[in-house]
Amino acid sequence: MSLEKITQFTSKTMVLEAENIDTDQIIPARFLTTTVREGLGKLAFYDWRYNEAGLPVNSDPFAGKDSGIHQILVGGDNFGCGSSREHAPWALVDFGFRAVISTKVADIFKNNALKNGLLPIEVEPKVHAELLAAPGVELTIDLERREIIRPDHWRQSFEVDPFGRQCLLDGIDPLGFLQSCETDIEKFEARQT
Amino acid sequence: MSSKSLFDKVWERHLVRAQTPEQPGVLYIDRHLVHEVTSPQAFSMLREKDLKLRCPERTFATMDHSIPTIPFVDGKPVYASEETGAQVSTLQQNCADFDIELHGWDSPNRGVIHVMAPELGLTLPGMTIVCGDSHTATHGAFGALAFGIGTTEVAHVFATQCLLQAKPKALRVTIDGRLNDGITAKDMALAVIAALGAAGGTGYVIEYAGEAVRGLSMEGRMTLCNMSIEAGARAGMIAPDDITFNWLKGRTHAPEGQAWDDAIADWKTLCSDEAAVFDKEISLRGQHIAPMITYGPSPDQAMAVDSITPNPAGDVEADGLEYMQFTAGRPVMGEKVDVVFIGSCTNGRLSDLWDVADVLKGRKIHERVRMLIVPGSEQVRRNAESEGLHDIFTAAGAEWRLPGCSMCIAMNGDMAQPGELVVSTSNRNFKGRQGKGARTVLASPATAAACAVWGEVADPRPFRETPHVA
Ligand code: SF4
Repeated sequence: MSLEKITQFTSKTMVLEAENIDTDQIIPARFLTTTVREGLGKLAFYDWRYNEAGLPVNSDPFAGKDSGIHQILVGGDNFGCGSSREHAPWALVDFGFRAVISTKVADIFKNNALKNGLLPIEVEPKVHAELLAAPGVELTIDLERREIIRPDHWRQSFEVDPFGRQCLLDGIDPLGFLQSCETDIEKFEARQT
Repeated sequence: MSSKSLFDKVWERHLVRAQTPEQPGVLYIDRHLVHEVTSPQAFSMLREKDLKLRCPERTFATMDHSIPTIPFVDGKPVYASEETGAQVSTLQQNCADFDIELHGWDSPNRGVIHVMAPELGLTLPGMTIVCGDSHTATHGAFGALAFGIGTTEVAHVFATQCLLQAKPKALRVTIDGRLNDGITAKDMALAVIAALGAAGGTGYVIEYAGEAVRGLSMEGRMTLCNMSIEAGARAGMIAPDDITFNWLKGRTHAPEGQAWDDAIADWKTLCSDEAAVFDKEISLRGQHIAPMITYGPSPDQAMAVDSITPNPAGDVEADGLEYMQFTAGRPVMGEKVDVVFIGSCTNGRLSDLWDVADVLKGRKIHERVRMLIVPGSEQVRRNAESEGLHDIFTAAGAEWRLPGCSMCIAMNGDMAQPGELVVSTSNRNFKGRQGKGARTVLASPATAAACAVWGEVADPRPFRETPHVA
């Protein structure tokens, strides 16, 4: 589970304008019967991409693809709400995404995403509107400087959880950090009894 | 000493390490609840790193999401698929390997995790409780700080009994005055979510306060806290009081004797100080809350059952109405109903079944309607059966099932067909939540039961005003 370091990357965006994209949309509950983390990309947004007969729905931007068209997903307001399933970021990462941009990313999804190397990025409504209006635009995400940069040098700063950011920059596994607190944990437990 | 909220108090009691500008706090977890869907990968993480489960005695498991609710055949459960069966056997194996108390098929207490844990007294005031499940907020009804976590965090708690947490902000929702007759905690929950919006609580822990909240039974308080996540909030809390203490007394894991008296003295301090400051506050009047239903595929798209759908504020709402096959500016009441689901960790408790029985007693459900009544736990099932409620349900034409999540999440084979309209007492009406293409209207048990009898979305109040004489 050692995390891959992330400092910066560049990709075109995919835009999903809908608000409140919940984790049941990202991966429908009926696929939660898995006991593994791998290979869930083919199930990402399954009901948006396939019809009842299991045939690809030819609607942009997915066009029946099962993985990695773009690495940056721009979603409508309140992205990732609903169920706490970590299957949602697992599916998105396996699909090829490395960042999700919205005005608001739901709490549990945000925590889950960061732990899997998927950057949950929150931007101002004005910046968000520009990104929503420009699907396919090329963006560089600079995690070190917390900036989104377009080739025409348009840059915007973004919010991201500071500790999660540091873990990604340094490739630190938060579990390792928690384990290093063992003495404090034992002291805490001793005080309780 | 500065004034503190209930949330501040519980939070501070559990800090192993304080939060700094660079690092979140390290929060100690008193209870870790586990189910079959979000745990297998966390156990794998432990195995990959060759780690032990730090506190098996703080960890309790059950299976609820993917298990069948239909009767056993030849003494065996009939799983909807090989995968769901494998998920359950994986949990059984993991609990055996890591020495975790599992309430499995043979347990008289098995149930939906958020129904079962309080029944066992595993949920106590002032505790921190987590589960790989967003409706963990339910346990906040007892004045615990309870929230859902992801599977990687489940592994963190397995390994260290701690979580890294940045402190959320505090939001107080005050519901003043009394509720009108026949208005339930579910109606309150939907009214609060409609007022806050689906993201209005994001980043917050909600404390529910006010006369209408204090007046709720423990079951009602659990229903209200349960749906906090539907407004985006991490947790919902209610300060414990005599209603809480009376409910807990004598439960399996509740303290006894002197320890009980000491606990009560301590629990009484768990309330927000008068001058406590909240980052955000809203208030609602109890009297203004009507029986609520949802009209779109998001829980915040809720309105009084007898009102008309609003004009869509944008494309998203318009798309939602289209999905639901409802028209703007028209009532939802009168829409033909295909399925009614009673159950879930929101409304699968005994008092919910009483509300349903009140409506169904001496009546038949509409011939078009398929009605599933799924108790939240084995305890609920036993109690309901000893009161004869199941006979009322089956006489009315409903199916009485074994406990489980069932159609709340539709993982176990209990699901609706594309296009069917479901009135559900569960907590989520997202597109496809109850089966691909299924259209879900969320409502209270009384409203859902009225819809089953009428065969259409209906107001439950007339059923109360003219009770059927059996
Ligand atoms: S009843 Fe529904 S919301 Fe509750 S735990 Fe089960 S699936 Fe989740």
